[in-house]
Amino acid sequence: MLSASRGGRADPQDPSLCLRYFSVNAITNTRPDTLAGVSPAEPVIRLEQVTKAFGPAMALADLNLRVPSGQITVLLGPNGAGKTTAIRTITGAFNPDSGVIRVFGVDPALQGREVRSRCGVVSAKPSLYDRLSGRDNLRYAAELHGLGRGSGVDARIAHCAGRFGIDDALDNQVGGYSTGMKTRLALARSVLHQPELLLYDEPTSGLDPESSHAVLDLIREMTDDGSTVVMCTHLLLEAEGLADQVVILQDGTDIIDGSPGVLTKRFWPEAMVRISTDDPVALDALARHEGVVSYERADRVATLHLDRPDRVPDLVFALTAAGARVTRVEPHEPTLEDLYFAVRQASGHTRLGAVDGSTV
Amino acid sequence: MAKTTVAPVRQPLVWMHIRTVARTDLKQLAQARDYWIPMVILGVLFFVVVPAVLLLTITQISSVDAVAQLSQVLEILPKSAASQIPGDTGSGRAGYALAVYLFAPVAVVVPITICTAVGAATIVGERERGTGEFLAHSPAGIREIFLGKLLASLIPGYLTTVIGFGVYALIVNTIVGPQVGGWFFPTKQWWVLMLWVVPPFLALTLSLVLRLSAKVKSTAAAQQASALVSLPLIMVAYSQATSSLYGGDEVSWYIGGIAWLLATVALWRGVRSVTRARLLGVADEQ
Repeated sequence: MLSASRGGRADPQDPSLCLRYFSVNAITNTRPDTLAGVSPAEPVIRLEQVTKAFGPAMALADLNLRVPSGQITVLLGPNGAGKTTAIRTITGAFNPDSGVIRVFGVDPALQGREVRSRCGVVSAKPSLYDRLSGRDNLRYAAELHGLGRGSGVDARIAHCAGRFGIDDALDNQVGGYSTGMKTRLALARSVLHQPELLLYDEPTSGLDPESSHAVLDLIREMTDDGSTVVMCTHLLLEAEGLADQVVILQDGTDIIDGSPGVLTKRFWPEAMVRISTDDPVALDALARHEGVVSYERADRVATLHLDRPDRVPDLVFALTAAGARVTRVEPHEPTLEDLYFAVRQASGHTRLGAVDGSTV
Repeated sequence: MAKTTVAPVRQPLVWMHIRTVARTDLKQLAQARDYWIPMVILGVLFFVVVPAVLLLTITQISSVDAVAQLSQVLEILPKSAASQIPGDTGSGRAGYALAVYLFAPVAVVVPITICTAVGAATIVGERERGTGEFLAHSPAGIREIFLGKLLASLIPGYLTTVIGFGVYALIVNTIVGPQVGGWFFPTKQWWVLMLWVVPPFLALTLSLVLRLSAKVKSTAAAQQASALVSLPLIMVAYSQATSSLYGGDEVSWYIGGIAWLLATVALWRGVRSVTRARLLGVADEQ
């Protein structure tokens, strides 16, 4: 199902890359699919060859995306990569110019109400009514989602507000909230109607590190309830440890997707180790040692790719036998940041994009 | 690039969504004192202060010459209207004419001005505050959002006018009533004007104003454009309201009927001007 390679896009034939259309079926679902109307085999979100242009600017260019149920999928990419436009197309707020979109098995352009009633969305700006109280903001959302009014809804509001730690401020005007409180209120609003799909577009935007951390913890908790989460971010540290699946976007197209662990293994199949000694000559001798796939040295620190992790004791032994004093042996685990830049470099995308629905 | 044409499933209107959007907008308006105080001042000025001062002045005049001059006011009225004026004194008849015929435009100018002021900011305001994103991702349909916002813009203006109308009736009857044989206001033509002629003119104005609000880039631009649109509409409504009072029942029904027809077409077209993309601030999404 690979499409023709286009200018600037990663080459699907490149064996060093785990490219787009990486089989998400290979990723084990952490929990059974319980969504009504969606068969377990069907992803909650399926985008195929979706394009969307705003005048001459392409916001989405043949975007493909498959979001499995009950997992956190993180859309990574620089500003203007098409993350926000993707979210807006998923809810049916934008109609695509071409391509196929299925959310819960239906087309949001045709059955938008059905899709939107099962989604909870938090945008980069919290989209709250400053003149209203927090409670009124939540009541507004509850009514639009058909929860109605009354004590049952008020109890639900109190529960959600409590979960996000803003129950004490519910009766204050939102205009007086801090950025962190606004984000928490927006998160509470997004789960009020117990949606099956949560779409978070840079939810930690403008938050201090402590608040960001708390928000990310809350997002992680949501998948415990069986929800599927799609989160957009350009902050790699946020995605690290949170994502079950990452999709890297660039210029409106997906250039790679898969679980961080699997992708890292694809990029760096060999074990990596960093060894520091006081003897660069002995260190260089390791380049010819059995099992060493590649070798790089910067000053007195060498980075080695090994065919097997159990080669490390042999290397240390070789160094000590040569009389070198080993000062540090450190297994190197590539981070999502390493992966992100490696993918972007390999795909030829190193410039920053400028196209996004929100800026057109 | 050829766009994929899709025909969304036409879903029935959910009245709860319309009510919710309208109620929330009205709640926000109520919180914005700087917004509604000028409306109240406008209503008080036109429905209370100006009529009270003028009617008191006319009915309290004792000079015979002045009363004779005032009586000439009656000559500018059509004969059919003039013949309906009761009373024996010139000042009483002049007061009646002023109350029933010459203040008719007030019933139009006040609600249109208020509705325009509220309506101009309603959609572009959502976009400017970023709350359009919330609405765009909500299950509420575009028609429901449009109608909710229309109601929220219509209610303050019409409510001010209805309350002002009640107060105006009280003032007129108190000041002029004793001179023309008792309470006489509202006359039948005024009821028709308030219930049949004014509402479609408001709907017509608002459908244009909301369309502008959906299309322009800022609230300031919406207010300027709305003022330009509402000015000729005020003039048309002014003349039609006056004709309605002067021309008798039949004319009122015809004018109201035509206005309803135009308002229906304008509303139908107005609904189509609002899109989720416009709520999000993206202009060229179809």
